[in-house]
Amino acid sequence: MTTATSKHDGSTEIKTEKDKWLHAYRQMVRIRLFEEQVNELYTRALMPGLAHLYSGQEAVAVGICEALTVDDYITSTHRGHGHCLAKGASPDRMFAELLGKEAGYCRGKGGSMHIADPATGNLGANAIVGGSVGIATGAAFAAKRLGNGRVAVCFFGEGALGQGSLYEVMNLSQLWKLPVIYVCENNLYNEYTHFSETTAGTILGRAGAFGLESALVDGQDVRAVNEVATRLIKRARAGGGPAFLQADTYRYSGHHVGDINREYYRTKKEEQHWKTERDPIKLHAAWLVAQGFADAAALDQITAEARVEMETAVKFAIAAPYPSADQVDEDVYA
Amino acid sequence: MRRDSRVCIFGEDVAEAGTPFKVLSGLVEEFGAERVLDTPISEAGFTGIGVGAAMTGLRPVVDIMFGDFLTLTMDQMVNQAAKAHYMSGGHWKVPMVMRTTLGATRRSAAQHSQSLHAWFSHVPGLKVVLPSTPYDAKGLLKTAIRDENPVVFFEDKMMYKLKGPVPADDYTIPLGVADVKRVGEDITLVATSSMVQVALAAAVMLEKEGISAEVVDPRTTWPLDEKTLIESAKKTSRVIVLDEGYGRYGVTAELAAVIAEGAFYDLDAPVKRMGAMHVPIPFSPPLEDVTVPTEETVFEAARTMCGKT
Repeated sequence: MTTATSKHDGSTEIKTEKDKWLHAYRQMVRIRLFEEQVNELYTRALMPGLAHLYSGQEAVAVGICEALTVDDYITSTHRGHGHCLAKGASPDRMFAELLGKEAGYCRGKGGSMHIADPATGNLGANAIVGGSVGIATGAAFAAKRLGNGRVAVCFFGEGALGQGSLYEVMNLSQLWKLPVIYVCENNLYNEYTHFSETTAGTILGRAGAFGLESALVDGQDVRAVNEVATRLIKRARAGGGPAFLQADTYRYSGHHVGDINREYYRTKKEEQHWKTERDPIKLHAAWLVAQGFADAAALDQITAEARVEMETAVKFAIAAPYPSADQVDEDVYA
Repeated sequence: MRRDSRVCIFGEDVAEAGTPFKVLSGLVEEFGAERVLDTPISEAGFTGIGVGAAMTGLRPVVDIMFGDFLTLTMDQMVNQAAKAHYMSGGHWKVPMVMRTTLGATRRSAAQHSQSLHAWFSHVPGLKVVLPSTPYDAKGLLKTAIRDENPVVFFEDKMMYKLKGPVPADDYTIPLGVADVKRVGEDITLVATSSMVQVALAAAVMLEKEGISAEVVDPRTTWPLDEKTLIESAKKTSRVIVLDEGYGRYGVTAELAAVIAEGAFYDLDAPVKRMGAMHVPIPFSPPLEDVTVPTEETVFEAARTMCGKT
């Protein structure tokens, strides 16, 4: 079975099942190693501000973005590096943006929480929880109106279930049958508070209230995520309307890079469990080996290549210049 | 909408009803339900949809029935629409228009009578337009729709019944260009939106007292035509700024400061601000009527400023 997807990381075009799932592995590893570098930059005090690491959630971004074309849209969150890479962005320009350099995707003007890339349909990360739900829905509205067959995926965490505007646009998306997929990455914690303390009822019950097609998936299983995403995206693209996908997952790091002493809200035992038993990269590696698609050496090779890629990208970003001061008032208006 | 198929409009009761003010009557009949859409009562939701649609190829016009409801759209307008272009380093644009209303004295009480255009004028990344005549409304609205940025277009509810000449052809009025609605020598009345008619009426009264009033309409609070305001102030040396927003921390304060900075050495008196009284707008008619500037109160203030009490 072949899949016709656009090139994401410049590697060979995907033709076979083996290629597809090796590519997914590579994408997850790239995200993991990217975030490791971000953490390094923070601890070495080279990065201004904070970042919110996606480590542990890679299968959600990769599983979904592998089912999208480069023209499809995504909106992202404050925890947006994974979505950005999975949709096809380059790590060098991403690191540059995180360091506030002019070579960054947003010319240093946005930073980690506002990173965006029109070339890959990334409408932007957002620092307002739930801030992008209208934007994603609007992109779906435009796609439908223009008849260009595009789909919009709206990533958000379970914390965004607290924002009323999410329900407004879910209602509208169903009324207007818009090609938008709402993806709730349930990583169990709204910042420092367990979601059970903030979320009455059930997550999928919310989708059901509006009659939205919905599904629940193990967010650590990249193949399961990709399978359900492919189905929902195909349905939306064919005019079948919006959908809501709950992906259960876990973030290994703190809410942000400075959230280090976090036992007051999460146990080390719980963290260890997810890292050892539920790691999406390890799980997928085991499957790849069992299928005969790769051996340990091949997987190590992928990791080594990704490590070099990320280290080179960081060097680029550190060496890149800042924007000059006279750019401060450019681009306020188009 | 005839010129550009990307233009669409959505909001509450915009289709068959043509809005409760009947200003959009006929649109859905001509352009269909795909381009003129009724929404649920979800200002935050459909404003956000407007932002996303504008970013991805459409020219949406989002209709917010009463300006008081813009409170419900604040995150989408202030944190999203206003900032998307800058935060993305110029890579994403938001060419949307929000059409909404302002203006009191309709006995609609505190939550349906506010003029909150100062709030959006305060936000870098937004543009704010306030037409005062039918001619200006058409030209400015076309410009707003063709602008690549988010533009908020405030229409005075009381002015919906105002009639005036409007050319049938396609014309635009640039944003950031003030209009001298009446030339005068003795005092400048800077007036926005609904207050333009008040200023013009006051000018007629002042004429009878031998006072020649100049009425300057900024037409847009951002971009702002500072040059015209300052030039007029230098010419007459006396200025009253009229606006229907609350006087405190509002448009009158900003315009007064701009004029004071630019024309200080030519002024014979401090710039006077006349905005809405700093109270929630009351329901009872005699109470409501004292909260906004009227031709009588403007006339009195101008006479006093000219030393002719």
